[in-house]
Amino acid sequence: MAGAKGAAPAEAAARQNRFSLRAFMGRFGALIFLLALVIFFSALKPNSFPTPLNLFNIARQASISGLVAIGMTFVILTGGIDLSVGSLLALSGIVAAAVYKGGTGLLDTTAGETSGVGVGGAILIACLVGLAGGFAQGLTITKLKIPPFIVTLGGLSAFRGLTLLVGNGGPISAFDDNFKFLGQGRIGELVPIPVIIFLGAAVIAHVILRYTQYGRYVYAVGGNPEAARLSGLNTGLIILSVYMIVGLMSGFGGYMLASRLNSAEAIAGVGLELTVIASVVIGGTSLFGGEGGVFGTVIGSLLVNVLTAGLTQLNVISYVQQIIIGLVIIFAVFFDRFTKARRS
Amino acid sequence: MNVQPILKMEGISKRFPGVQALHDVHLEVLPGEIHGLLGENGAGKSTLMKILSGVYRKDSGRVLLRDQEIEVNNPHHAQTLGITIIHQELNLMPNLTVAENVFIGREPNRFSFVQWRKLHEQTRQLTDRLGIHLPPTTPVRNLSVAERQMVEIARALSVKSQIIIMDEPTSALTENEVEHLFDIMRDLKAQGLGVIFISHRMDEVFQICDRITVLRDGEFVGTVQASESSADEVIRMMVGRPVAEFFGQGESHPGDVVLEVRNLSKTGTSEDPQKRVLSQISFRLRRGEIVGLAGLVGSGRTDLARCIFGVDPRDEGEIYVNGSPAAIHSPRDAIRAGMGMVPEDRKLQALFLAMSVQANTSMASLGDVAQWGFISGGRERQVVGSYVEKLNIRLANLDQRALDLSGGNQQKVVISRWLALKPQILIMDEPTRGIDVGAKAEVHALMRQLAQEGVAILMISSELPEVLAMSDRILVMHEGDLVGELTREEATPERVGAMMTGEESSLSVGKYEEA
Repeated sequence: MAGAKGAAPAEAAARQNRFSLRAFMGRFGALIFLLALVIFFSALKPNSFPTPLNLFNIARQASISGLVAIGMTFVILTGGIDLSVGSLLALSGIVAAAVYKGGTGLLDTTAGETSGVGVGGAILIACLVGLAGGFAQGLTITKLKIPPFIVTLGGLSAFRGLTLLVGNGGPISAFDDNFKFLGQGRIGELVPIPVIIFLGAAVIAHVILRYTQYGRYVYAVGGNPEAARLSGLNTGLIILSVYMIVGLMSGFGGYMLASRLNSAEAIAGVGLELTVIASVVIGGTSLFGGEGGVFGTVIGSLLVNVLTAGLTQLNVISYVQQIIIGLVIIFAVFFDRFTKARRS
Repeated sequence: MNVQPILKMEGISKRFPGVQALHDVHLEVLPGEIHGLLGENGAGKSTLMKILSGVYRKDSGRVLLRDQEIEVNNPHHAQTLGITIIHQELNLMPNLTVAENVFIGREPNRFSFVQWRKLHEQTRQLTDRLGIHLPPTTPVRNLSVAERQMVEIARALSVKSQIIIMDEPTSALTENEVEHLFDIMRDLKAQGLGVIFISHRMDEVFQICDRITVLRDGEFVGTVQASESSADEVIRMMVGRPVAEFFGQGESHPGDVVLEVRNLSKTGTSEDPQKRVLSQISFRLRRGEIVGLAGLVGSGRTDLARCIFGVDPRDEGEIYVNGSPAAIHSPRDAIRAGMGMVPEDRKLQALFLAMSVQANTSMASLGDVAQWGFISGGRERQVVGSYVEKLNIRLANLDQRALDLSGGNQQKVVISRWLALKPQILIMDEPTRGIDVGAKAEVHALMRQLAQEGVAILMISSELPEVLAMSDRILVMHEGDLVGELTREEATPERVGAMMTGEESSLSVGKYEEA
């Protein structure tokens, strides 16, 4: 059989099987930290924090940045980065809103006016805009060999400018109920629809990454691009595809945000890249690529939002919140490195 | 005449995990001597020089500098002792100027402010002493390789070196530049310095060296006077061990031609766009034969493999698989044409260290165990498991990370990845580098078995005994040319060695001609 030949591997196996706190924390550290935060805030605010409504509101808060973070997980797994997600989200939202309402001016924002493309059409358009943005950036990265950091930094600025152009600098607001349903609706008066969409997308992404050929290739390209190419993988196409995935998620997120706020804001998603990258990294995905997964990203998204919401409910001012979030990001990466140090 | 040696290394031994890199090695350098240090790749030259320059610590033995026993603790310490090494890949900062590089870390200064005028003046004195013209303010990135070497030599002089080690300094130089370098070396010699010269080029060694020390398999073979020796004798010293038996020769029955390469040429590397990497290489590979591709590092053997497999682009040349032209522009194309390649450096080019043995093994053949893009875990385990068993890969379980395997088992994983594709042609670049003797024998046996099953194998190896023992035919490369083709019967260590170093060329192989 495969195993148990010679003494050394048997020993190694025993070492692997033995319970290791470090390995356990490495795997479930973010989850434990998340639960600890929930308990901590519940203890301080026993009447308002641990209510189902509050917890679901926090989850709803997490769901839009979480959708984008799922896409970002693919990108970071290949060793890339996308800084443009916030701008692309705003652009997709405003284009979809403009098309849905059949105009962009501030004046025709009265509820009920639609162009007739319907909610499906609006979602499709938001997704297409996101896909196109991701495609353009991915192509620039793979064909012109410009580092993703630079390309998407350019995208961060360019897509925002485009958003302001499309919306004439202002928001497009006041939609009918159909448009608002996905963002604002709840199942059974409690569970927000965005949360269900977020978790659904996470499950799909998890299945893709774990159980498909494509998912395997994403890890391979991030783990060792040279070896991936020598193994016959089309590395360029795989890298292009992950930017399209994050683009798609940003586009859909753009619609979801407009739907939930009842307004497609030109300044939507400013700074979103920070939250999204933080969620992925706190979730344990390595910025060097090749290691991590969507499960961690979901935890990471929830963690960032529990922290923000909890601190807000404790009346900690937002300036201080930013400091705390920043420190948590750094701590998460340090912690990750610490738990992985012994494994090699 | 009895001169006191500058440097004496006595009974130096060094062991790395699993390998005795050096065993009881001697080296003596006299003042005003250029001393050649020769040996095949892996003979221990670099290890010995790394001990001398403080990169490694010796396990036993003594190093004497002018009769004083010394202990070289680190590279900086070596420098203060007057021992300087000029590496093959030069250690300069491209964006700094000549003067800044020469005096880096030791700039003449007052209150921590660099005295630029003094810096430039001192640099000019050094370049004058070397008889070269290099403006001190030129950024190093604008210099040629030869000029950069001069900067390194100037730096060595500036720290008052007594011993300068030059590791293959001529490999990237033109003939004129080599002449110039030799003039400077003779100058250094006249100034009483000791120079240790490492080179694979026999003619150069005999042209410039006073004495030559030969290492083989980490052992000291001997020191000879260059004037009383010959290239033949030195080559024999380098390779002349009984060809090891453990490779186990097998019967092979080469069949039809599966791979034919015609007039493959490539010019230009990332460092030197003018360099002729491969010129007009043509050869054939038959079903069921193992062809050894011998040549020194830098002779183009790895470049040839990479061009055939579509990793690097070629400028000219056609590749035929089973008699029909194959458009190979990427490894994907090569794989589709029925090839596999075990690359030179398994960690950098082949393994996904953080991924499981299972994922590593199935990476190139995932399509075979997947349906609609979904991997069938059961089938994948079954296929991977069968190769783990066939190749006797020792591991705890299939989910173990590749990182945690020994070198030999890692290499077997890489080989399994290709076997799972059932290739017709398998290119193996250094298939047994850095793996232990047992695993090596297993890989060799496996190669024999594959050949018997009809796979055509092109094997590149730096180890001459391995090439001699494993190959049905041997192709020899020298500086981008295919200089020889020998049958197993014709191949002796001396002949292959002579071809590798450019001493002999037997070529009727040369350019492809329509038959």
